[in-house]
Amino acid sequence: MNPFQYTRSSAAAGAIQSLVREPQAHLLAGGTNLIDLVKMGVVVPERLVDINPLPLKSVEKVANGSLRIGALATNSEVADHPLVLQDYPLLSLAINAGASPQLRNMATVGGNLMQRTRCNYFFDTTMPCNKRAPGTGCGALEGYNRMHALFGASDHCIAVNPSDMNVAMVALDAVVHVKGPKGERTIPFGEFHRLPGDHPERDNTLQRTELITAVSLPASAVAFKGHVHYLKVRDRSSYAFALVSAAAALDMDGTTIRQARLAMGGVAHKPWRLHAAEAFLKGKPANAATFRQAAEIAMQGAKAYQYNKFKLTLAPNAIVQALQTASA
Amino acid sequence: MSKKTGGESSNDELLTGSRRDFLKQSSLLSAIALSPGTIVRAAENQWDEKFADVAEKIPVTLEVNGVSYSVKVEPRVTLLDLLREELHLTGSKKGCDRGQCGACTVHVNGVRINSCLSLAVTNDGKKITTIEGLANGDQLHPMQEAFIKHDGFQCGYCTSGQIMSAVALVKEGRTQSREQISEFMSGNICRCGAYSNIVKAIQEVKNNQV
Repeated sequence: MNPFQYTRSSAAAGAIQSLVREPQAHLLAGGTNLIDLVKMGVVVPERLVDINPLPLKSVEKVANGSLRIGALATNSEVADHPLVLQDYPLLSLAINAGASPQLRNMATVGGNLMQRTRCNYFFDTTMPCNKRAPGTGCGALEGYNRMHALFGASDHCIAVNPSDMNVAMVALDAVVHVKGPKGERTIPFGEFHRLPGDHPERDNTLQRTELITAVSLPASAVAFKGHVHYLKVRDRSSYAFALVSAAAALDMDGTTIRQARLAMGGVAHKPWRLHAAEAFLKGKPANAATFRQAAEIAMQGAKAYQYNKFKLTLAPNAIVQALQTASA
Repeated sequence: MSKKTGGESSNDELLTGSRRDFLKQSSLLSAIALSPGTIVRAAENQWDEKFADVAEKIPVTLEVNGVSYSVKVEPRVTLLDLLREELHLTGSKKGCDRGQCGACTVHVNGVRINSCLSLAVTNDGKKITTIEGLANGDQLHPMQEAFIKHDGFQCGYCTSGQIMSAVALVKEGRTQSREQISEFMSGNICRCGAYSNIVKAIQEVKNNQV
């Protein structure tokens, strides 16, 4: 690993100041992604600011009925938290579908939001990659693009966001709380991650000098707790990144869908919410024909590349199966 | 000198060009290295302080298997490298060194993690348990006994990580079924494929618990 300087930060203001002072400083939380990237030479930090001592670990109900999850709560702590299991079981399912128990014990919620893509061209520093080295081109576009995007890609980047947690978060209308030199602000989860466009080096809309302090889940998403499923399709039965994943949450009135939440992972540069399919499902009977039609709507605008054409079949099938399991 | 064909000549030009560039670059580097002016500028820009900072070692105190250690480490040293290289506890293995194989699994404050992705400095004040800390003197931990009894290994390289993970798994209560054990042991890869015997060992330890 390249050498770097180290600062331990015990207050948010101090951590933010470090980012303001040093353009090449990076925040370190669980480190499961960042330390790997530093070892690979993909990220070359001048300084790591260790934010683990910050008091951002609590998971609690707040005044407006939301569940506020501190950015430093680990993935395991969130997945196993009684309030998450009770009110937002989709989030537990999604988190436990990702990584391994050891990694989930280290990785934090804030870090999971900041997770970089697992595109091989991004990780291999001998390859062109506009995300790692802007202007060098996209190795995946004409390369081995089996894991890559179906939606919202650009000619500069066809990488996908690798997170499972993010797929559940976007489906549940989570809100990201951040703090920067100018104070605090909130970002709706669907606007946190961005599409690559002309700037694939930017994964999200967080400013470089901002710190994620929490993610909150709204009280309105509790209505979906009775009918949820997270289906992850991967190359082996556990501990692999998604080829495609589908998160489904239904608010049911008998056999009728009162309202639906649907999102996909492994298909875009951001967790991919399926608003049009959700609108179609509203008020419909929960049956195979409905689910198939919703999946067709969800796939409109999908564009495959040489090696990921199989996803055009896999993705709608995953949506149908996730809806079937959720509604059962 | 014999006359060259066009092709050769352009090749030669290319070679000469790159040689020339190389020489230019290397002499530039030498100039930077030797110039007193550069040294002065570095001092003015506090580069020397920065370099010193990079090499600076950070004091870390941690408890490993009940023994307290106070060491100084560079920030880039992982917990795994500290255990193996500095404390000479080589039971924790370096497999992939990227958090993908689980051979480096240890417990930090009772929780299993990949020590290859954890910086030693972030473990200041924590209690670490490694495979060396499981046995009670000559008496092996029940999980170690069960791995031996059920042949839960072949080459043995992943075994310390498997056992550390398995001990945590039983404590976490993720042993309700064969499927659950497999799922929650998925962070430990066994290249020899001893998985079914590893599951048997874990099931035995779980069943022997009251």
